[in-house]
Amino acid sequence: MDTREEPIRVMLAKIGLDGHDRGVKVVARTLRDAGMEVIYTGLHRSPEQVLDAAVQEDVDVLGVSLLSGAHMPIFTRIFQLIDEMPERPRFAIIAGGVMPDEDVDALTAMGVSAVLGQDTAPDTIVERIRDVSAPVREA
Amino acid sequence: MTAPKEIVDAVLEGRNQAVARMLTFVERRSDGVDDALAVLHRAAGSAHVLGLTGPPGSGKSTLVSALARHYRSQGRTVGVLAVDPSSVFSGGAILGDRIRMSDHGDDAGVFIRSVATRGALGGLSRACLDAITVLDAAGTDVVILETVGVGQAEVDVISAAQTVAVVSVPGMGDDVQAIKAGLLEVADVHVVNKADRDGASRTVAELREMLRLSHRTAGQWNVPIHQTVAANGDGVADLAAVFAAHLDWMTEHGERERRARRNAATRIRWVAEELVLDELRPGVAAFDHALDEVTAHRTDPLSAARQLVGR
Repeated sequence: MDTREEPIRVMLAKIGLDGHDRGVKVVARTLRDAGMEVIYTGLHRSPEQVLDAAVQEDVDVLGVSLLSGAHMPIFTRIFQLIDEMPERPRFAIIAGGVMPDEDVDALTAMGVSAVLGQDTAPDTIVERIRDVSAPVREA
Repeated sequence: MTAPKEIVDAVLEGRNQAVARMLTFVERRSDGVDDALAVLHRAAGSAHVLGLTGPPGSGKSTLVSALARHYRSQGRTVGVLAVDPSSVFSGGAILGDRIRMSDHGDDAGVFIRSVATRGALGGLSRACLDAITVLDAAGTDVVILETVGVGQAEVDVISAAQTVAVVSVPGMGDDVQAIKAGLLEVADVHVVNKADRDGASRTVAELREMLRLSHRTAGQWNVPIHQTVAANGDGVADLAAVFAAHLDWMTEHGERERRARRNAATRIRWVAEELVLDELRPGVAAFDHALDEVTAHRTDPLSAARQLVGR
């Protein structure tokens, strides 16, 4: 019965003391215009809140936007919480914002599916999200 | 892929991950979801289903959040279905109701799900009612349905709630007009939110005037007008008490049963329509045959239709 193309569901989250949300709002619009359903959490969330919300919304992709420089501790905490979950959530996790190149390998090793820096073109963002969501949606 | 029937037990135990997954199956009308819903429907029926509707910016999400906080303080579990429109151009949507519902982020007793309308005619209504069944069967005490309430589909959905609250705000003169046109008949409670603003008493007066003009019969529920300031919680506990009083009143006066029967009728009709129409499309042998016969004037449309639906 699943013949219709179901919209990709994406949660975009801002975690911690980072009040810069212009970028994430632009991304939200870009994804909406690409036909995706975007759930935005708003500012200053905790990793716990964001993971709970992403589970409830049953999203395909969780995008965390960070411009505060706190990406290493925050992603460490996110994956620590995921390890503690009774059942591993199905969504892919991507990082967006300002992250130095030298941290990308470490983030990938933790389990981040894609790191999209602040200079990523909108089309590329859409494409990468389609890529990372494809295996998740089949699972 | 996980099949819906594999997670039915986990849904009945109220496990959030399973509930979330089942809601996706319902939304996508995945294979096997009907069998799962058949089981869940039998376990449902104990939740109080609230419908909250009103124009954008009236504070529905904030009010839902404040109500959820109140119900949690009483130890009751809450499920929220927040409906937002899909873009008619791209089919995508930005669902932002969670922004104002952040207090419950790490409370497993509040389950919030954002629902895009997806523009499907009638599809939203059925998916929403099935979603209510899922939350209800999962043991949720209070299910809150939040929509802008524009369009027939949304009015259909909101009518499925046991208690419907229409939210308005001071200073938006025109929204009273909007309510008049669409949702007046379904309101069980009127809420004037942001009641600390100038003009709140005027909005209350306007609503009261409007209610006075509406058709009423003896023994009917007296639709109250209630003021809240959802942002700081003022009036929210009282509003919850009004909702509870409405449920009690309905139970006492047989209205609860009447509405349940009305909703059951709507749902049976929707599904029946779907079942029948599924056989009435090109590609189905009997239908193609009927097409040939009617086109060639060997039979007439009514006789062909009667034969197809067996009556």
